[in-house]
Amino acid sequence: MKPFEYLRPGSIAEALAAGAAPGAAYLAGGTNLLDLMKGGASLPDRLVDITRLPGLDRVEPAADGGLRIGALVRNATLAHDPGFARAYPAVAEALLSGASAQLRNAATVGGNLVQRTRCAYFYDPTSACNKRRPGSGCDARGGENRLHAVLGWSEHCIATHPSDFCVALAALGAVVEIAGPAGPREVLLEDFHRLPGDAPERETVLEPGELVTALRLPPDAAGFAAHARYIKLRERTSYAFAVVSAAAALRLEGGVIAEARLALGAVALKPWRAHGAERLLVGRTPGPEAFRQAAELALEGATPSGDNGFKIELARRIATRALLLAAAGTPERVPALPASPFSHPVGVPLHA
Amino acid sequence: MSLSIALNVNGVPRQVELDDPRVTLLDLLRERLHLTGTKKGCDRGQCGACTVLLDGRRINACLALAASCDGAAVQTIESLADGPALHPVQAAFIAHDAFQCGYCTPGQIMSAIGLIQEAQAGDDPERVREAMSGNICRCGAYAGITAAVLEAQARLENAQREEAA
Amino acid sequence: MPDSANMAPMQRRHGSSIGQPLTRQDGFLKVTGTARYAADNNPPGLLHAVLATSRVARGRVAALDVAAALAHPGVVEVMTPANRPPLAIDPDERTSPFAFKLDVLQNDRIRYAGQPIAVVIAETLEAATDGTRLLAPRYETEAPQVSLEDGEPFTPPVVGPGYPAEEQKGDAEAALAAAARHVEARYETPSQYHNAMEPHGIVASWDGDRLTLDTPTQGLAIAQMRAAELLGIPAEHIHIRSPFLGGGFGSKGLLAGPQMLGILAARLVGRPVKLVLQRPQMYGPVGHRAATRQTLRLGVDENGALQAIDHHVLTHSSRFDDFFEPAAGVSHTLYASPAIRTRHEAVRLDVGTPMFMRAPGEASGSIALESAIDEMAWACGMDPLAFRLKNYAEVEPISGKPFSSKALRDCYAQGAERFGWATRPLAPRQMRDEAGFLVGWGVGTATFPALMFQAQARAVLRQDGSGVVETGAHDMGQGAWTALAQIAADGLALPLERVEFHAGDSRLPDAGIAGGSGHTATAGMAIHGAGADVVAKLAALAMDDERSPLFGAHNAGVVARGGRLHRRDDESRSDSYEDILQRAGLAEIEGRGSSASDPAAQAAYAMHAHGAVFAEVKVDPELGQVRVTRMVGAFAAGTIINPRMVQSQYYGGMIWGLSFALLEGAAMDHRSGRVMNGDLAEYHVPVNADVPSVEAILVEERDPHVNALGIKGVGEIGITGSAGAIANAVWHATGRRVRRFPVSLDQLL
Repeated sequence: MKPFEYLRPGSIAEALAAGAAPGAAYLAGGTNLLDLMKGGASLPDRLVDITRLPGLDRVEPAADGGLRIGALVRNATLAHDPGFARAYPAVAEALLSGASAQLRNAATVGGNLVQRTRCAYFYDPTSACNKRRPGSGCDARGGENRLHAVLGWSEHCIATHPSDFCVALAALGAVVEIAGPAGPREVLLEDFHRLPGDAPERETVLEPGELVTALRLPPDAAGFAAHARYIKLRERTSYAFAVVSAAAALRLEGGVIAEARLALGAVALKPWRAHGAERLLVGRTPGPEAFRQAAELALEGATPSGDNGFKIELARRIATRALLLAAAGTPERVPALPASPFSHPVGVPLHA
Repeated sequence: MSLSIALNVNGVPRQVELDDPRVTLLDLLRERLHLTGTKKGCDRGQCGACTVLLDGRRINACLALAASCDGAAVQTIESLADGPALHPVQAAFIAHDAFQCGYCTPGQIMSAIGLIQEAQAGDDPERVREAMSGNICRCGAYAGITAAVLEAQARLENAQREEAA
Repeated sequence: MPDSANMAPMQRRHGSSIGQPLTRQDGFLKVTGTARYAADNNPPGLLHAVLATSRVARGRVAALDVAAALAHPGVVEVMTPANRPPLAIDPDERTSPFAFKLDVLQNDRIRYAGQPIAVVIAETLEAATDGTRLLAPRYETEAPQVSLEDGEPFTPPVVGPGYPAEEQKGDAEAALAAAARHVEARYETPSQYHNAMEPHGIVASWDGDRLTLDTPTQGLAIAQMRAAELLGIPAEHIHIRSPFLGGGFGSKGLLAGPQMLGILAARLVGRPVKLVLQRPQMYGPVGHRAATRQTLRLGVDENGALQAIDHHVLTHSSRFDDFFEPAAGVSHTLYASPAIRTRHEAVRLDVGTPMFMRAPGEASGSIALESAIDEMAWACGMDPLAFRLKNYAEVEPISGKPFSSKALRDCYAQGAERFGWATRPLAPRQMRDEAGFLVGWGVGTATFPALMFQAQARAVLRQDGSGVVETGAHDMGQGAWTALAQIAADGLALPLERVEFHAGDSRLPDAGIAGGSGHTATAGMAIHGAGADVVAKLAALAMDDERSPLFGAHNAGVVARGGRLHRRDDESRSDSYEDILQRAGLAEIEGRGSSASDPAAQAAYAMHAHGAVFAEVKVDPELGQVRVTRMVGAFAAGTIINPRMVQSQYYGGMIWGLSFALLEGAAMDHRSGRVMNGDLAEYHVPVNADVPSVEAILVEERDPHVNALGIKGVGEIGITGSAGAIANAVWHATGRRVRRFPVSLDQLL
């Protein structure tokens, strides 16, 4: 790691002041930032340790009737909160499918949002990467890119966003609360991450010095609790990033889909909310046919960015699967293998 | 720049002078406090060999900045046995041959203790396997590890029940 | 998990330690964190050294900003080719077949990505680590060749540790042409990296021209001699301590370049130095299993009897040194066939030199051969186990020699019974679980040669009747501290607790190399011999001593048991070790033992361990994700010293087989020659959740020829058979024959 100045502010105001300096980075759980610093992909001059900021480690009812989750709440704490897991089961399942128990104990909710891509060329300081060094090129193109993006990529960057949590959050319409030098603001989580375009170095809508302080789940998000799943395909049974993943949530009324939510993971540089597919499902009877149509629509416009054409059909299938499982009903408890296709209940079809 | 942090290490309060904020909890333990039971396998949160309990929760010590642990309690493998008397998890690891080379073992054992305290897995082997998947064992002692965790957990629960009775 | 206490009953005899399922002697140290691995040493005055490694695969280092690194507070020195202490010999000289070329900063040339190009030495690990970044190397780069498609194939002079590159029996071409049915298929295996959990590390301390090293090695004496010849100092001036290896798997078999660099760094700065590889640095200078492309051609007659096996291997070595994966060797020994031809070809690539990796040759060759055998069984409409039995080799096919022992039929039978193989439908894609997942069952035959190397041991009986047994053996997890102590106890005919066993130190007698699954047999025979030597000396003393109850027993002889000698013809007449020593006025008696393979037995017999592995997989029919839900292995490997430890070795091997079939493989960027998944997050090895159920049956086998104790070896055989069984189970589940390993989900869509 490059030498850095270590500051530990006691208030958000102090943190913002410290974080406004060029080269400053906020440190919370450190599970991603320290990894990047050790590999040389991130070289901050100053670490602003926000772990002692008061009031950011609470899960509490929001003023609008939803739920507010402080940015410093640890992933495991949130996932194991029984009330939370009951109301937002797909989010809990997504959290528990990510990384390992140790990492989930350290990683924070806010940090999850701002984690960086796992693209090996981003991680390798000697590779060309427009995200790490704007204008240097993209060595992932034409390189090892089996698992890279199939949606929303550009010639400048074909990386994906690695979060599981954010996929479920995007589906449920979560809101990100941000503090900054210009005052507090909020954005929808699905607008928080940016597609690469011609400026892949700008990964989120955060302005320099801005800090994620909380996440909010809107009041209607708990309405999907009875029919919500997160399903994740991995190259080993656990402790692996997604090849593709999907969060699906349904609100059924009288056997018909009243409202649907669908978001895909590991297909783009942001969690990919499929609004068109959601609209298509409204009023439909839940079942393989409708779900397959929705999945087709969700992947509309998908194109390979390399040796990864298989991910397009795979993403359709995982979207279909997640919808089938959501329709079958949320399990009593997060399965033993969270989000794994092998945690499949008997009686639910495997395919459309 | 020097900073002084307070750490409770295995029950003993310590004031640690850090001449460098880059020191991770793992390197602090191993290279400065010479508590070498905690192992470095990858240094990047990818193997679990460095698992310790921080304020009672299992974490990867390689991805924790020591400075950020100021005020925390750290528990390492060195704290478990009382002289020749092993902790039930340690004893179960021996009984089930839950290791071969032994290098991942301190991390496995600390992870198992964290898992048991989390009380999420119950007696379901599948949940134990999933919950222990953050600790890689290249020798492939997984069957023994799972059996050892289940047995030790049952033993600890029994002991707790007896204590309560 | 089956109870190991219920297994391997036959080796159990009264009063014997051999055959007992004892727990690990080093268990307490390992579960308390007090087992001291190399990097756990922190001698006073220690400096930290960190390697800087090349990010290009071919070219030269044009510039290093040494000044910037030196300017970092705490950095003491930067070692480069300009100031690296001299060596007595050229590290590119192959002084023996096992002295591979080392990259130890001999010049500015780069021959693979990950090659060491400098060492930064500092007061703290943090300073040394950042010093390597500050070197900001500039390179002159040439385009590398890193794939088997690159380069001109040639036939290497030898493969593996010295086997012929081509062998044949009969006329495979003619037999194939005449065959009633033939199968031809090409299988690909990727480069794999050992990835022991303990990264290679070394703590080196010089005292004048004497050197103390804490470093993991599978071969103390070889490492000591190699370091000595490179440094130009007597071998006995080098003391290596290696009590525990955090896994080796072949990557710690020989002294590696980075370990030499730690020694040289300590020389340069005149202080003790600790150098530990970072995980990504284990993808270059410490060996790997080379990629292969194997073409199998099998021919059978109308009854399904193999008539020809033609096994061609294309593999690679580095551009600058020779190690060729002997992958076709399995075809010499596994299945009966009147015609067999094996050929190896290789290309030279800009990669680090490949090296022995757990079951070198057999692992890669087995997955291809076992897949091809399965393909042929299906082509013949035969059950794959029945097909294997039909082609059972009663003698070693390539040589015609009888096997020293071969309980493979028992392995097939016991494994199949335990697994429930009999109900397997012949055709693929016939089985589903209750949720609808595809289920498949596969079988593979396991094999590994029973090797013996050379070793020495020393045993001492002390006045109090306790023993000390010493040999420089290595415990890399296989259980040497336990199994060899058991042999030591039996050699001296003492209870285990009366024997101190010393190992893991270069000052002890040379125990040979812990490799080739031959360590227990090799070191064990030396140990046993040393004990027998002591017992013989004791017996001579007693039988010549009028005061002994054994006086004059010469022709009848004596037998040692439990710390006493008994007359063989009248066991009530006995004498204790203590009394014999005391009467002789001796403080102790020392015995020596040595071991080596028996050339006469080698010439007369083919010596191999065998096994059968059965695997069940479930496959998501839509998503292609695979999980191995059950594995049952049944192995016969002669005398079992410690069934608990042997079972663990089999489990480990089987899980390596799982990893080979489904997970492992380096992702190489073909433009830069860099391994892009060179860590433990993206280079997948199995995690706990990948292994829901594994069982190993220890099949009884007595081998009178391999060595006097009848020990074969168990460390590597578990991979063979297992990888193929899983690949075959995937086919049986899906109907899809994947021939490019690892089986990835995109190949199953």
